[in-house]
Amino acid sequence: MAAVTTLLSTCGLSRHFGGLRAVENVDFDLPEGEIRALIGPNGAGKTTFVSMLCGRIPASNGKITFAGRDVTRMPAHKRVQMGIAYTFQITSIFAALSVRENVELSVQRRLGADRGQLGAASDALLERVGLLDRAEQVAADMAYGHQRLLEIAMGLGQNPRLLILDEPTQGLSDGEIADFIRLIREVARDTTVLLIEHNIDVVMALAQKITVMNFGAIIAEGTPEEIHANEAVQAAYLGG
Amino acid sequence: MSRALTFHIGAIIVLAVLQFILPVYHSGNLARIMVLAVYAMGYNVMFGYTGLLSLGHAMFFAVGMYGAGLSIRLFDMAAAPAFGIGIIASILFSLGVGLLALRTIGVAFMIVTLMFSQAIYLLILYFNPLTRGDEGFVIPQAVRQVAGFDLSDPVTRYFAALLLFAIALLGMVWLVRSRTGRVLVAIRENEERARMLGYDSWAHKLFAVVLSGTMAGAAGAAYGLLFGSVGASFAEVPFSILPLLYVLLGGPGTVIGPFVGTLFMFYLRDISSSFTDAHLLVAGIVLVLLTMYARRGIMGVVRERWAKWLP
Repeated sequence: MAAVTTLLSTCGLSRHFGGLRAVENVDFDLPEGEIRALIGPNGAGKTTFVSMLCGRIPASNGKITFAGRDVTRMPAHKRVQMGIAYTFQITSIFAALSVRENVELSVQRRLGADRGQLGAASDALLERVGLLDRAEQVAADMAYGHQRLLEIAMGLGQNPRLLILDEPTQGLSDGEIADFIRLIREVARDTTVLLIEHNIDVVMALAQKITVMNFGAIIAEGTPEEIHANEAVQAAYLGG
Repeated sequence: MSRALTFHIGAIIVLAVLQFILPVYHSGNLARIMVLAVYAMGYNVMFGYTGLLSLGHAMFFAVGMYGAGLSIRLFDMAAAPAFGIGIIASILFSLGVGLLALRTIGVAFMIVTLMFSQAIYLLILYFNPLTRGDEGFVIPQAVRQVAGFDLSDPVTRYFAALLLFAIALLGMVWLVRSRTGRVLVAIRENEERARMLGYDSWAHKLFAVVLSGTMAGAAGAAYGLLFGSVGASFAEVPFSILPLLYVLLGGPGTVIGPFVGTLFMFYLRDISSSFTDAHLLVAGIVLVLLTMYARRGIMGVVRERWAKWLP
């Protein structure tokens, strides 16, 4: 294997909301090809952190480098065009459009507006997440779990270099979670994955390394075994 | 040829045939309706497809109308180049309005467009010596000629209106199925998500404003040239509300809807005013009923129930 290169890194990244330091001085490195889990108690700053990575909210301080370029001030849509895909924690789909139209919108930036090509690519994606039989349905009419899967399909549709998944398994059944784990393993062969996840089984099954945040800062980082044994992590979760 | 394209070309053919069938009074009305429908279609680009609610669209109509009208009145231009000036003025003006107004969203956007439109109206009044203010001015019949065709002749006028209408209608069929058109719908449905799929939502919204304003301006310039009158009433607030009503009635986000809405409103007024002075009351009641029972407008309901393929 070639030398591992860093795909994404942050240096002194901070975000303040008034007096609240939601994210404070975070240095973070993500090598290409890795599946990294980002965990931490509610309010630890995980979503704020990844929102700065993909450009949904601007950083107060610090620097973000993606694929060797400083993207700190780059607008969100340009970062997405560079290959950062984000799936929302709170399901954010085109509720009034059909499931297929949703996925088509995620692939048409790459493939253009050719109906046939778009349809084929979208169906392939829907097949992968198990929603093909619901392609004609209006997205808002689907069960919550299925909307989550659609959200993931739209992330994959962009063929990203970095896929950021914000609590993707929330609301999924056990069977769907098993499928999800299989899907992400497959995706990770050519995509770097950054996963915010509360379901510890999913984290243990997927992550090569885990980063733990609390109070806006990284308190631990290591392999799943290391994190499992880490006292600071235990304290953060158990409040001890 | 797709069903959608066949349907819209069919509509154009029907309109062409109607000219030979309808009595003069009604074909005259229809010419007016087709021009106003272009105005409404332009409105629909912003409101129906992109989700941008403007309360000041009369400014675009007026800029096109006065762009053409003043070129004739002040510089003795011929009709065709004057129409061109009207279009160019609309493009530049809507670009300026877009650049400023799109800094706001939602209610603020509505108010900013309303205020810009009032500013245009007041400018027209202020420069009374040039524009003849409220009174307006007439474009003489001698000037309303294009390539040997007399635009004041009812038949020529009808087909000139139909030509403009057909270009706008087929342009819309093409647009809404294009890549850009789908992104506009994506922005209407969920702008944040569209941005996070890598689409430059701001640039797309600016495009929608410019296209919308230019279509409204083209309608305004055509109205002046075809019907011969240019006046400040076309820049007033009620004239900004009209296309909103047309589109709401006909079906926001449908290609043919704005025409259906314009036709419906025009005749609603025409028929009701023959037996009551309170024709606005009738229009009001119809709108209330429509919002209560058919929120997607006439063609929106048709699409939902019978013709899912309708763009």
